[in-house]
Amino acid sequence: MNGGDIAAIFQGAIVTVALSLVGIVIGLPIGLGLALIRWANVPIAARIVALYVSVLRATPLVTLLLLLFFALPNIGVPMTPISAAILGLVMNTSAFNCEVWRSALMNFPRDQYEAAQSVGMRAGQRFRRIVLPQIVRVSLPGLVNEMSLLIKVTPVLAVVGVVDITRAAVRIGAQTYEPLPPFLVAVALYAPIVFALVSLQRWIERRQLAAEALA
Amino acid sequence: MIRDFGIVWSERGLLLNGLANTAILSTLSAVAALLLGFMVTPALMSKRPGISGAARVFVDGMRCVPFLLFAYIVYYGLPSLGLRFDNWTSGLAALTIYNAAYMGEILRGAWAAQPREPIEAGVAFGFSDFRLFRRIILPPLLLSAGPVIGNQMIQIIKDSAFLTIIALPELTHAASSIQSRHYIPFAAFITAVFLYWALCLVIEAGVSSIGRVAEARR
Repeated sequence: MNGGDIAAIFQGAIVTVALSLVGIVIGLPIGLGLALIRWANVPIAARIVALYVSVLRATPLVTLLLLLFFALPNIGVPMTPISAAILGLVMNTSAFNCEVWRSALMNFPRDQYEAAQSVGMRAGQRFRRIVLPQIVRVSLPGLVNEMSLLIKVTPVLAVVGVVDITRAAVRIGAQTYEPLPPFLVAVALYAPIVFALVSLQRWIERRQLAAEALA
Repeated sequence: MIRDFGIVWSERGLLLNGLANTAILSTLSAVAALLLGFMVTPALMSKRPGISGAARVFVDGMRCVPFLLFAYIVYYGLPSLGLRFDNWTSGLAALTIYNAAYMGEILRGAWAAQPREPIEAGVAFGFSDFRLFRRIILPPLLLSAGPVIGNQMIQIIKDSAFLTIIALPELTHAASSIQSRHYIPFAAFITAVFLYWALCLVIEAGVSSIGRVAEARR
């Protein structure tokens, strides 16, 4: 393994991080939207969301990706490895985020909502000014946890041909007949990213506990 | 479309074999990971910094490495160190060791949250260490950790799908081979998705019945 190989794995790291970020940025609001549909008990839609979340949470990302990558072109939706990867990650993470957001919404104190109603706030204002800031705080540790889980499943994207850290490492291993060194470089790239997120989650939890202890 | 599902039905033997392998693989490694977790937990809570530090490094290390990469290392990487296993052994070993770290952490959390009084009472009654663990510590520990262990079992089932990359004939692998043989991707993979869903529903039902037992004991 030479310097060029290590550079190739680093290039893979950029792809991994970029795709994860895209998945997180799109998945967060979609998860919130789904949670709101269930919270507001929109007829029919709430049922569909519940089913979607239940199925998606049980589906391994590999299976989902293979389904998207091979089946969607059959019904006329062109799929590249990258678009299948983004779609798969968003579908997967939005289902998990939905549950995090929903449990925060379920625990939201009803009286505050009614107080906001009684001072004449409109529905949009109530949500933006009263509900959202508080559920963001409650959901944050869960959402960060979900982000670290998301990064940990991204190696699966290599299965449909995305050249991420894992695929770059596998390719170098196959060329040099020495698979262990590139895999160790890959571990050395994943571990700090995930560790940073795990530490962030612990830090947020500790800070919130301290704030609660003061209050 | 109906015809595609007909083809899947005609290949049901392959698919059910994959489902059975996924179930066997997940059950074996869940049980083994839980047992290993019971060895990791006391190590994590050990008063000797050497032991607790080593256990912490193992647990945090596993939590930071993606499972797929870990499986690759066990199957493709270890042979260059002279350790060569077949795909079943390495798949099972990877799944077990990886999840033992999570189980250890889950049990540690549940253990730390247990009330101290019953344990102290048990000590005062002269229970030996092993009986104290089996009669006083273990039952409430398993009941309170039940839902989280259930979640981890669902995670194990999903992780087992990654083992398709080392050609282990589990459910996703079966669906892939049906798709490549007949070119019916939608029917093949959606069937696999619903079979995974069914497995997870079974576990969720198990967890909620444990929850009812825990509620009844309170």
